[in-house]
Amino acid sequence: MSMARDDSRTLELIGIALVAVLILVVLPMMLDIFRLNLVGKYLTYAFVAVGLVLCWGHTGILSLGQGVFFGLGGYCMAAFLKLEASSVANTKIQSTPGIPDFMDWNQLTELPLFWIPFNSLPFALIAVIAVPTLAAFILGAAMFKRRVGGVYFAIITQALAAVMTILIVGRQGYTGGINGITDLRTLLGWDIRPDGAKYILYFVCCFLLLGTMFVARFVVASKLGRILVATRDKEERVRFSGYDVANFKIFVFCLASAMAAIGGAMFALQVGFMSPSFVGIVPSIEMVIFCAVGGRQSIVGAVIGTLLVNWGKTLFSESFPELWLFAMGGLFIAVVLAFPRGLAGLVTDQLIPRLGSWRGLGQRQPSPAPAE
Amino acid sequence: MASSTDFLLALENVSVSFDGFKAVDALNLYIDKGELRVIIGPNGAGKTTVLDLICGRTKVSDGSIKFKDQEITGRKEQEIVRLGIGRKFQTPTIYEDLSVFENLELSIPRGRNVAGALFWKRTEEVNERVKDVAAMIFLRDHLDQAAETLSHGQKQWLEIGMLLIQDPELLMLDEPVAGMSVSERIKTAELLKQIIKNRSVIVIEHDMKFVESIAHRVTVLHQGKVLAEGNMNFVQSNPKVKEVYLGH
Repeated sequence: MSMARDDSRTLELIGIALVAVLILVVLPMMLDIFRLNLVGKYLTYAFVAVGLVLCWGHTGILSLGQGVFFGLGGYCMAAFLKLEASSVANTKIQSTPGIPDFMDWNQLTELPLFWIPFNSLPFALIAVIAVPTLAAFILGAAMFKRRVGGVYFAIITQALAAVMTILIVGRQGYTGGINGITDLRTLLGWDIRPDGAKYILYFVCCFLLLGTMFVARFVVASKLGRILVATRDKEERVRFSGYDVANFKIFVFCLASAMAAIGGAMFALQVGFMSPSFVGIVPSIEMVIFCAVGGRQSIVGAVIGTLLVNWGKTLFSESFPELWLFAMGGLFIAVVLAFPRGLAGLVTDQLIPRLGSWRGLGQRQPSPAPAE
Repeated sequence: MASSTDFLLALENVSVSFDGFKAVDALNLYIDKGELRVIIGPNGAGKTTVLDLICGRTKVSDGSIKFKDQEITGRKEQEIVRLGIGRKFQTPTIYEDLSVFENLELSIPRGRNVAGALFWKRTEEVNERVKDVAAMIFLRDHLDQAAETLSHGQKQWLEIGMLLIQDPELLMLDEPVAGMSVSERIKTAELLKQIIKNRSVIVIEHDMKFVESIAHRVTVLHQGKVLAEGNMNFVQSNPKVKEVYLGH
């Protein structure tokens, strides 16, 4: 088994290398910038999916509210970009120039206090990670120290996603409401809208994602990774081996949320806006589906699953827009029933043993059942 | 009441009730350093509950539990473990998805916080320790095997091994030979004789032959109370014990 695990780790490394080639070389060569920018958007969801591999696939904590952390990261980034786009020169037609347009529409006459620090890029970048991680820490500490887990935790995270959406939509003077924060233009004077900038942002997103995958791989391969699996397996035994289980769960939940937040920030940069439709229950569950389709225990699988499902979504909804949700639901049912370990499971359990036997590499095959 | 004791573990006046039912009723139990104590009793006598109370899995309703003169009631499970109490469950409780090696490695009492676990190094010392314990529990040749593929008896041994590697001062074993074959029972009795050196052990067991082969002192529980306590002969000849437990 340890042999098999070594093999699967090598496989994971090969997988990461293939993903790198795919997103850094193949896709940029094949696709025009419009499509590549779409791929870049999908890749921002992959950050969330990689986080879910850690917290759901390895630790068994199903969070149906990862959109909240994606959104918090995205909003922190968008807040900085929006303030830069709302210079007095750009907003001189407003009744109060110098504040974001949606505030002006909502009769705000000055920048709210909590918006002021977002004038600084270093602050905004720290906030992108710190705000969602802190939120995850508070939620995680409150739940895991009280030993709330399983379905109850999933429902609470889902409620959080709903609350977050309602809050954003309801306080539109402070958040941009249902439209979100739109019309983002420049990053320290560098226009993020032209094709050249989109190429650069796409590659930044790729490298950050690859970095995230390596961090996830390091965690999984460490003793902490084995403690996470042990927690999923037999939480009580872990406690009776002297570990404070809650701390490990809080750690992995915060890490997954920080990853989601980086994805959210890259989303705001590449897509040019941030809105509550990427925060609520539906996107949160969609992200779980991306992860499940790819294989919730596989870092590479989660990224590939995200790309495939979104590619399918784009194809499908361009031709049959109203059928997409049914297709998505059907896909999730199919994954649960037919291949619970996702595409990655199909590759490692089915494809690779078969390839091995086709090529006559019989050494590591399971021995055939004895004839009766 | 004597509050400072020479005992390793002292339960005084301990009670716990579940919905009004007193599972353990004003129980007094004292374990010496280096003692092997066997707890027997009919089903529902409260044997497993006593272990649950000691290791913090169930909260005490009333009374005091002292380990090395420290009050441990109300402490968290992992804190009690770190004080030096190890617990084996009735059914084998191991990490099925991990290998035998990894099961033992996780039980080494170091690197127990998040940072320690993240930057844990599998040193030669770790390898040696795991291999030594694996040899003791007859699993030296199974280190790379997934724990879920072990036989029932091997799983029991693995859990005992996971406790050994923690090196607790007090080891609590809940039916360590349940579901084992005859030859596995003999090996387990040998194993227990080895591991009780240098530590105190509480064993819950139903199998009287097995009890006779290992017991120093026996406590008989009945309806949450101590019915009799003493060596095996004394307990076996006690008429009250015969009536509730041994006679039938």
